[in-house]
Amino acid sequence: MTKRVPVPLLVPAVLGLIFLILPLVGLLARTPWATLPARLAEPRVVEALRLSLLTSSLATVLCLLLGVPLAWLLARVEFPGRRLVRALITVPLVLPPVVGGIALLLALGRRGLVGQWLDTTFGITLPFTTAGVVIAESFVALPFLVIAVEGALRGADSRYEEAAATLGSTRWTTFTHVTLPLVAPGIAAGAVLCWARALGEFGATITFAGNYPGVTQTMPLAVYQTMESGDLEGAVVLSLILLVVSVAILAGLRDRWLTAP
Amino acid sequence: MTALLDAHLVVNRDAFHLDVVLRIAPGETVALLGPNGAGKTTALRALAGLAPLAGGHLRLDGEDLRRVPPEKRPIGVVFQDYLLFPHLSARDNVAFGPRRHGMDRRSAHAVADRWLERVGLADHGRRKPRNLSGGQAQRVALARALAVDPVLLLLDEPLAALDARTRLETRGELRRHLAAHPGATLLVTHDPLDALVLADRLVIVEQGRVVQEGDAVTITARPRTDYVARLVGLNLYRGHGAGHVVSLPGGFTLTSTDTVHGDAFVAFSPAAVALHAHRPDGSPRNTWPVVLDDVQHHGDNLRVRLDGPISVAADITPAAAAQLDLSPGRELWVAVKATETRAYQA
Amino acid sequence: MRIRIAATIGLTSLIVLAGCGGGTGPAAAEKSGSVTGPVTVFAAASLTESFTTLGKRFESTHPGVEVTFNFAGSSALATQINEGAPADVFASASPKNMAAVADAGTPATFVRNQLVIAVAKGNPKGITGLSGLTGPGLKVALCAEAVPCGAAARTAIDASGVKVTPVTLEQDVKAALSKVRLGEVDAALVYRTDAKASAAAVDAVEFPESAKAVNDYPIVVLTTAKNPGGARAFVDYVLSADGVRVLTEAGFQAP
Repeated sequence: MTKRVPVPLLVPAVLGLIFLILPLVGLLARTPWATLPARLAEPRVVEALRLSLLTSSLATVLCLLLGVPLAWLLARVEFPGRRLVRALITVPLVLPPVVGGIALLLALGRRGLVGQWLDTTFGITLPFTTAGVVIAESFVALPFLVIAVEGALRGADSRYEEAAATLGSTRWTTFTHVTLPLVAPGIAAGAVLCWARALGEFGATITFAGNYPGVTQTMPLAVYQTMESGDLEGAVVLSLILLVVSVAILAGLRDRWLTAP
Repeated sequence: MTALLDAHLVVNRDAFHLDVVLRIAPGETVALLGPNGAGKTTALRALAGLAPLAGGHLRLDGEDLRRVPPEKRPIGVVFQDYLLFPHLSARDNVAFGPRRHGMDRRSAHAVADRWLERVGLADHGRRKPRNLSGGQAQRVALARALAVDPVLLLLDEPLAALDARTRLETRGELRRHLAAHPGATLLVTHDPLDALVLADRLVIVEQGRVVQEGDAVTITARPRTDYVARLVGLNLYRGHGAGHVVSLPGGFTLTSTDTVHGDAFVAFSPAAVALHAHRPDGSPRNTWPVVLDDVQHHGDNLRVRLDGPISVAADITPAAAAQLDLSPGRELWVAVKATETRAYQA
Repeated sequence: MRIRIAATIGLTSLIVLAGCGGGTGPAAAEKSGSVTGPVTVFAAASLTESFTTLGKRFESTHPGVEVTFNFAGSSALATQINEGAPADVFASASPKNMAAVADAGTPATFVRNQLVIAVAKGNPKGITGLSGLTGPGLKVALCAEAVPCGAAARTAIDASGVKVTPVTLEQDVKAALSKVRLGEVDAALVYRTDAKASAAAVDAVEFPESAKAVNDYPIVVLTTAKNPGGARAFVDYVLSADGVRVLTEAGFQAP
């Protein structure tokens, strides 16, 4: 109880904490509390919030569908070039999201590598659509999920999978009946990270999906545009809403899912 | 009796090379006994299909299993730390195998309930593995492995994770279940007592090779390696026999009432070794001077390790020890009666 | 510290006086001779090409001066300046954004700009005016109304009575134009100057309603300028005959 914390550790730790919290304090200090309720009820705010929650949730589902199998492949199957694949997956982590947006345009845009074919064959164009927002968000959020789930899979004892095999379980049933339940907490943590990243996505979204209220204007875009128009107060309000909603949801999930079994 | 399992396992893993032949008859339990790193678990994994064979053959009930994946082999495994699925109840753990073999949920649960009852855990079916004691988990693991009606049952150190008391109870119970198993059973262990109690026959491996095999009586009476001798608690020496005398390398000789010629072993129990403060005289026996190296408790007695022309272990009573002043470096005399030694062909 | 501030204020008033009394233009600036140091110019995105050219020429006639530009949507620039970004000169694409800046002195209008419809090279959709932007499946990008090109577009569209539904509201005119260049939209309302700067990739379609939405571009030396001397000299150069020539060549109209 009375163990002393060494000063060379304590001071930077406290400074780090202040550094993280100070901007939030700044946000709260400038919040116009009196006009807050009226601002909250504004249709464009409700619209942007609804869109943000919808797209980030859809992006999380998409990331789960693609990311969990990918993580399994990386964690459980030896194949040539695995290290390269793992390095490639982390690229969207370090890539500025705007660059990601441009890259998405060049691949999935109306004149993009694949987008051109989608347009001529199926008449599907992704930019400026809500689906485009989901894709932009998934692109930047997927690495978070893959890395979290791969870590969980590597941490899980693969001998359980061998035990399942000796009981007559094929690799697929082992995956669904043994592996998935074993790494469920890791998947949940990855999904939450992924969702949070998707919710905060700005650069790739505005570049790839554009900015139109009700269709592609998510909360971060609304914040930016409000700020641009000189309405700092409005931007603060929107930021606060985004902050409160994400913290509330993360806290809720933490209690329900993320506590150790 | 024809062998149900007929295997010649050749496995190469890094620098380790395993090459053992195993044959097990229906209803027979064979213990694969050996020191750590001898390749016991590797052999078990190769049988279960979890480690690839580099050569040899593997036939079970006449079927060549070499290219059969683990999930298709009629083999049940009890793993060392049981590996019960932590997210499933005891009942679902046992029902897991039958379900994977195509049984519907209701029938699989019925099978599971029957097995849980057999191992005395009928009222523990709903418990998760983390709420089971070590002994209970061991029994669930056994029930899970047997619930798929395996032709070959493999047990990897099934009692190693248990405390001494539970171990005693579980060992007896396990013996009963193994006796009831109609297929072949291979028990991997490093504990000679487990092997002696549970197995009909012992196969002893060291460094990936079989060094000795046979029934318990033969092996305990006539060990052929230092490891086996230590395992069964005998002093063992190898030398050249000429009648009643066996000459060891270095010129030391031991006398036995047995007759042996050529390459030979001499073995005697530590309890047969008498210690004296001075050179004993009298009847014809093996005597030589020694220096005390180390004393340890061994059951109710003391086990004394002694250096000299040959190293030897002696078991003495605490009363005898009190008269001798057993401090390291103490010089003593050893005497072993010729009638207490056993000499046999190497 | 206090002494330095006093000196800076003194210098500012001196330059302002000189600016009022003397002639404008490069000759006057050259004569001052004492103009040195970095000058930071915040300019509307639509000024990117012409101001870059002007900056280079200004530096060559004013050795010792280094001009740095920050090009972005005018509203973003106004916000940045109000939040304390270190700018010496602000050139906005509309008086509204200029008025939003608290530290603006007395701005002068230096050019005017008009909207055109930017379309892909060769005008594949055959767009001839605002009414051509309403076709089904036709994708149009506008600037967000917070930025001048967006406000002007709104005015022009309202004047025409045509109902144009854009697919996106871009943050500045360059972003809107790039969506045309990428082929992601079929048309965008942008400034004539921007279309001209990208003439290799896009065609400009003039339309009559743009006359109702002419943008005045004001420029000012900010009262918070760290280098008021250099700032004044740059503004004077923009307003000089040399400056006007570069700007009109880029498609701007003289005020």
